[in-house]
Amino acid sequence: MRLIINKIVLLLSTLAAILGLVFLFWILITLTIKGISAINLHIFTNDLVNNGLRNLLVGQFVLAFIAVIIGVPIGMVAGIYLQEYSFGNKYAEFIRNLSDVMMSAPSIVIGTFVYAIIVSPVGHMNGWAGAIALAIMMIPIVVRTTDDMLGLVPKELREAGVAIGAPKYKVIFDIVIKAAKVGIMTGLLLAFARIVGETAPLLFTSGNSEYFTLNLNHEFPSLTVAIYTLATMPDKSLVDIAWAGAFLLTLFVLIINLLGRFVIKEKKK
Amino acid sequence: MNLEKVMDIKNFSFTYAGAEKPSLKNINLPIYYKKVTALIGPSGCGKSTLLRSLNRIHDLYPGNKYEGEILLKDLETGKMENILEYKKENELIKLRQRVGMIFQKPTPFPMSIYDNIAYGLRLMGKKNKAELDEKVEEALKGAALWNEVKDRLKDDARGLSGGQQQRLCIARAIAVEPEVLLMDEPTSALDPISTLAIEELVTKLKDKVTIVIVTHNMQQASRVSDFTAYMYLGELVEFGTTEQIFLNPQKKHTADYIAGKFG
Amino acid sequence: MEAFFKRLSALSATTILLILTSIFVVLFLYAKPAIEAYGLKFLVDPRWDVVITPQKATSAPKKTENLGGVNVDNEDDIPTVNIPKQNQKINVQEDDLGDIPTPASTTKVNTQDDDLAGVNVQEEDLGISAPTQNTQPQKQKVIYGGLVPIVGTILSTALAMIFAVPIAMGIAIFLSEIAPPFISKPVGIAIELLAAIPSIIYGMWGLFYFGPFISHIFGGGSVSLLVAGLVLGIMIIPFMASLTRDSMKTTPDVLKESAYAMGATKFEVIKDVIFPYAKKGIIGSMILALGRALGETMAVAFVIGGVFTFPHKLTDPTVSIPVVLANNFAESSGMSLSALFYLALILFVISFIVISFAKFYFLRDKK
Repeated sequence: MRLIINKIVLLLSTLAAILGLVFLFWILITLTIKGISAINLHIFTNDLVNNGLRNLLVGQFVLAFIAVIIGVPIGMVAGIYLQEYSFGNKYAEFIRNLSDVMMSAPSIVIGTFVYAIIVSPVGHMNGWAGAIALAIMMIPIVVRTTDDMLGLVPKELREAGVAIGAPKYKVIFDIVIKAAKVGIMTGLLLAFARIVGETAPLLFTSGNSEYFTLNLNHEFPSLTVAIYTLATMPDKSLVDIAWAGAFLLTLFVLIINLLGRFVIKEKKK
Repeated sequence: MNLEKVMDIKNFSFTYAGAEKPSLKNINLPIYYKKVTALIGPSGCGKSTLLRSLNRIHDLYPGNKYEGEILLKDLETGKMENILEYKKENELIKLRQRVGMIFQKPTPFPMSIYDNIAYGLRLMGKKNKAELDEKVEEALKGAALWNEVKDRLKDDARGLSGGQQQRLCIARAIAVEPEVLLMDEPTSALDPISTLAIEELVTKLKDKVTIVIVTHNMQQASRVSDFTAYMYLGELVEFGTTEQIFLNPQKKHTADYIAGKFG
Repeated sequence: MEAFFKRLSALSATTILLILTSIFVVLFLYAKPAIEAYGLKFLVDPRWDVVITPQKATSAPKKTENLGGVNVDNEDDIPTVNIPKQNQKINVQEDDLGDIPTPASTTKVNTQDDDLAGVNVQEEDLGISAPTQNTQPQKQKVIYGGLVPIVGTILSTALAMIFAVPIAMGIAIFLSEIAPPFISKPVGIAIELLAAIPSIIYGMWGLFYFGPFISHIFGGGSVSLLVAGLVLGIMIIPFMASLTRDSMKTTPDVLKESAYAMGATKFEVIKDVIFPYAKKGIIGSMILALGRALGETMAVAFVIGGVFTFPHKLTDPTVSIPVVLANNFAESSGMSLSALFYLALILFVISFIVISFAKFYFLRDKK
């Protein structure tokens, strides 16, 4: 009897795993089929106004890139504080947990926050607001990564740096961070992949634009926001463009993730 | 024997942060110039704690308490200064440039072999490439590593074997020409051949620099050291020349430890 | 330099605290007009963007009964409300917030519906108010109430959890206990890739493929609460499965081995050794996934239907808080914007509580 229960449970678990795989493949296959069929040279050389994706692809990257420039320094330095300067005091523990909480906060709420503090005073949507919303989302991820990776560096290495007469900040930058370099870079890469696929924080902060522009002071083109608007259009050709964009986005994100895992595996050897 | 003290530990007690009782109680110990002093004793006797007090590396972790004095001779003025009174960052930095440390686990910095050795020199402000080249070579020769790495100075130091890495750390430490070199069980992570190489190095180095070595290997202590301090449960039980401690220990406790009766 | 950097890093860490508090403060400030206008009734009022023409009250103080049991004892401040439905009158009740002064010029209208669609009829009022029906035309008042999106959020999340938890548990068990390494490795990677796919993709796939599939099986439209719940569930499965699997892996091998040595079946080892050991981590991961699901926008926006009504059956369309925000934010202003911020605040507070609970209670970082 026990054996029967055992077999049933194991069978169900395996079925669950198969179901998970089914969903994955279903999603990826439909995405690939619809996406590839809509890809042609035209979408890469034209902007949304002409049914192309060019300005959107560029725009999404620009926003994510600026988010990185803002979010990574803040996040890394905060992570350094947690790992190197706080010695596990209560405040650091609190911030660490708070950062994790922030990591799971609804992205659309962050959008409303940035709307209130930037879009509302300025009077209209703008690219800066979108980038800042993405930066806010990125900071806790970077904090976590930095914190964890620095924690893996053995304490003897720090002591050796101090023992030769280096001040603490030099020990951190010349030695500890260098030792954790690979892990941190991978973490940052994965964080980048995560925010480049975000839609909700951009919806009413930077919105979208049909034109190619690098002017961050107004609505800024975003691939994800465009996919959202296009996918619900009655015009099928527009929906196809949405699929193409969705495919490219997913491809990019998955490649980065695989790359990250590969790098970590190489490092472990 | 012309014995000069380069460091003098007087009534020194040490309590770790958050501990109720001190880990070191009232230690009185001289460190003689250009001699090798070994600290021996069973696990937990405090020998590493004592060693790490000599360059105040405990200060990396807040909350520890010192009592008593640890005196270091200023070789220019001849005066003994209490290093426990150093409070400012740059005083501690200068201390550590005079009192270097080698750890149990080899700790190559994540940079090239050359940069590892040059690191301490650059911290002191030396920039001249010719001068750095010279001092790096000198240090590597002094650590008996030069011939093995002279053709690959730009390689990452982490690619070296364990024994080579430890000699690298020694080269790195002596490059800044410290007065005292502290070694915390430097060979316990190494294979027998590397261990022997390092022991030879220690004997060679003492002409240039005073060495204090912590070891749990009694044979090693008897091989390399001039003076030996036997510690137990945070106290200094006996101190004397190595010959005297091993052949004619005054305290029964010492004799028992030497005979391998415990620890 | 050292001291400078030390302070800088502490400042950076404090930034996180600052951002979090700012979010709360800003949301609250922007939501304040709506909070003052609607109070806690907002949480249970199903109407959104409904226009009311309020009427000035008579001078006679009315002590009318309210089925909710709250006394109405304001004089001229409480107008009666005429909803274009014969002679029915609705009881007006003050804000729960108590003594919020109503400015003389505008009339504040709060209605309390006991059952969400009904109206209280008071005989007494009928007589009194009739003559005042033709007094000065009053400003029109718009009512916002968040009940529909709140219920939508709760229902879709609950549905997602019901669907996702067993499947995620199953996957975790499969990966950590059943599959041999040459299977568990690639499948594990596949699951983590699933977790990396942007949520908007789930939404699109749900809209064009999964929705119609579900409606084929269960009837109803291809966008509905059911579809939204399921898509949301599919989205959180990889996340939950990974975390659970990681937790399960922390069980020391010796514990498992001693159980096997006593003749336990795999299932029994899982049930009696692994799960109890990893309990905190597993429950924590579930609550964390719950928190994520609550705030998810894109996976849901495509397939929930975006219709501001209650779903009477699972296959009806409805809305959730993030979807309302996504769809209405850009064109809103004034009180409607404030009401949206009120919703955002509610969502933020709920997910903050849920996630904090998971973190501080279950997933404490021991460093």
